[in-house]
Amino acid sequence: MYRYDEFDHGFVRQRVAQFRGQVARRLDGALTEDEFKPLRLMNGLYLQLHAYMLRVAIPYGTLSARQMRRLADIARRYDKGFGHFTTRQNIQYNWIRLEDAPDILADLADVEMHAIQTSGNCIRNVTADQFAGVAADEIEDPRVYAEIIRQWSTLHPEFSFLPRKFKIAITGAPRDRAAVRAHDIGLRMHWNADGEAGFEIMVGGGLGRTPVIGKTIRAFLPKQDLLSYLEAILRVYNQLGRRDNIHKARIKILVNQVGAETFADMVEAEWREIRGGALDLPADEIARIESYFAPPDYERLDAASPAFEAQRRSDPAFAQWVRSNVVAHKRPGYAIANISLKPAGGVPGDASAEQMEVVADLAERYGFGEIRVAHEQNLVLPDVRLSDLHALWQELRTAGLATANIGLLTDIIACPGLDYCNLANARSIPIAQRIGQRFDDLARLHDIGRLTLNISGCINACAHHHVGNIGILGVNKKGVEYYQVTLGGNADENAALGDLVGPAFSGEEIADAVETIVDTYLEQRDRGEQFLDTYRRVGLQPFKEKLYAAH
Amino acid sequence: MSQQAVTANRLRDGQVVYLAANNGWSDRLADAAVADDADAAKALLATAEGDVDRRVVVGPYLFDVAVETGAVRPLGQRETIRASGPSIQPDTGDRAVRR
Repeated sequence: MYRYDEFDHGFVRQRVAQFRGQVARRLDGALTEDEFKPLRLMNGLYLQLHAYMLRVAIPYGTLSARQMRRLADIARRYDKGFGHFTTRQNIQYNWIRLEDAPDILADLADVEMHAIQTSGNCIRNVTADQFAGVAADEIEDPRVYAEIIRQWSTLHPEFSFLPRKFKIAITGAPRDRAAVRAHDIGLRMHWNADGEAGFEIMVGGGLGRTPVIGKTIRAFLPKQDLLSYLEAILRVYNQLGRRDNIHKARIKILVNQVGAETFADMVEAEWREIRGGALDLPADEIARIESYFAPPDYERLDAASPAFEAQRRSDPAFAQWVRSNVVAHKRPGYAIANISLKPAGGVPGDASAEQMEVVADLAERYGFGEIRVAHEQNLVLPDVRLSDLHALWQELRTAGLATANIGLLTDIIACPGLDYCNLANARSIPIAQRIGQRFDDLARLHDIGRLTLNISGCINACAHHHVGNIGILGVNKKGVEYYQVTLGGNADENAALGDLVGPAFSGEEIADAVETIVDTYLEQRDRGEQFLDTYRRVGLQPFKEKLYAAH
Repeated sequence: MSQQAVTANRLRDGQVVYLAANNGWSDRLADAAVADDADAAKALLATAEGDVDRRVVVGPYLFDVAVETGAVRPLGQRETIRASGPSIQPDTGDRAVRR
């Protein structure tokens, strides 16, 4: 993992001291709320419905056990004993007091954490594939480049007041687990014809009010040019992005307006001016950052574990968990274990302080002390020996963390919605809970197969509803919560926006509507098809007919 | 026009509070001063704005309420949730209220 150097330590400490002074000046009246608000937001502190909310950055979703314990400690000492993992691989605390915020940031700084780049019109915390460094299909560990981007972008003077916030996601594998086409910039590593690894550059993706799938503006960019090319994109956007209308300020609007080709030409022109200069990434600098992400001391293991195979045969519940929650590792004898934060009827992405501590403990005992946060609001233990999986699973089960539903219908992405969020129009969490309870049958879930369901409580789309196979958007009609449904969205390398199925459903009807959609799919599906395959083959019509038959 | 009350978040801790009849702030909706007409509502909000300057609260605003058998009830979902807390069923760990 990346370790802070003295510069990083000093800088974060300095920020905490500054914020402590700012809070004191706010409380004694030297700063008005209008003056203070941008300062607190630069430190991740929002004011939500019930209290202040602190959003803590988890760069590229990688945490150490020590950091996770500190997150648990903060949840217990300063909040109500739980935290909420978000679709940007961050954690949010919902019940923070302004007075406590400087102490919390100081506690975070002790473990090399902070809340920088979690708010404001800057380049936000960079997200990455949660299986970075361990995925069997990976070309290179994308966290190396995410960290390089972090160092370049943190407090970048030219890009601290962009027209709007700016999100970058990166994948080092052909299988896109980071939803890169739903970001302002998406980076996908691949090999060119000469066998050299570099990046495909996608721009102008984003969800929210105007959902757009990102467009490729450069098929291949050599690694050493990464920062100069990103700087060129940001410069074009910073100059031409609209500052007069918040709804038209994201880069996607600019790219749509001028067209991807023209936008690419503008970026290339800017890039020619700065390429090969101070932002060039020398191979030794890439190697230096790579050394922070060097693989741990893996044992030499056989690719197969007879003990694991026997446990899988004799214990059907374990076999089921392995099927949905365990993913191939690039090293023989190891596996990636996903920890679902989506128990039936639970709050998607929430973890109690006790659960965080259990995960930290398990990461040390069954791995190398590393934990990942997935943008689907789950946790990952990246380095588990196959022969340890059964013991791990038993301990997870004791902690209520062994739900075998990763990638299945109840692995719901949900934003905090109207239960917590100031922007929301409708509640998300109770809808997720209702659907979770409705489908609380693992055998049925596994039969339904891969199906993503995302619920956002407003048009800002924090829960990525446009790219859920089933997308649910909460709206407010004359004071009453209603839910619009889209079908066929997809967040992976074949990213697509869902199609609106028809008039919205009430909160009481929505779980029935989801069940009708699932039943229609099961009636229509051909052998071997997943939901998305069937949907692409049959289209919206059969679903529409069933959903609105009674209307 | 419906009856209205004033709510805000307390500066120090962000707690949801209501402007009470004694011009103080209460964390109980039951204590909220209720305005029956536009002039009374305007007066309540002006009092609240003064407490922004005095650094007691942030972001005060009026919201619609109904008074039924002496109890104040918010008319919208958002204010109902602000008054009674998240509507979700607790599911993880110890969620003892720390206030």
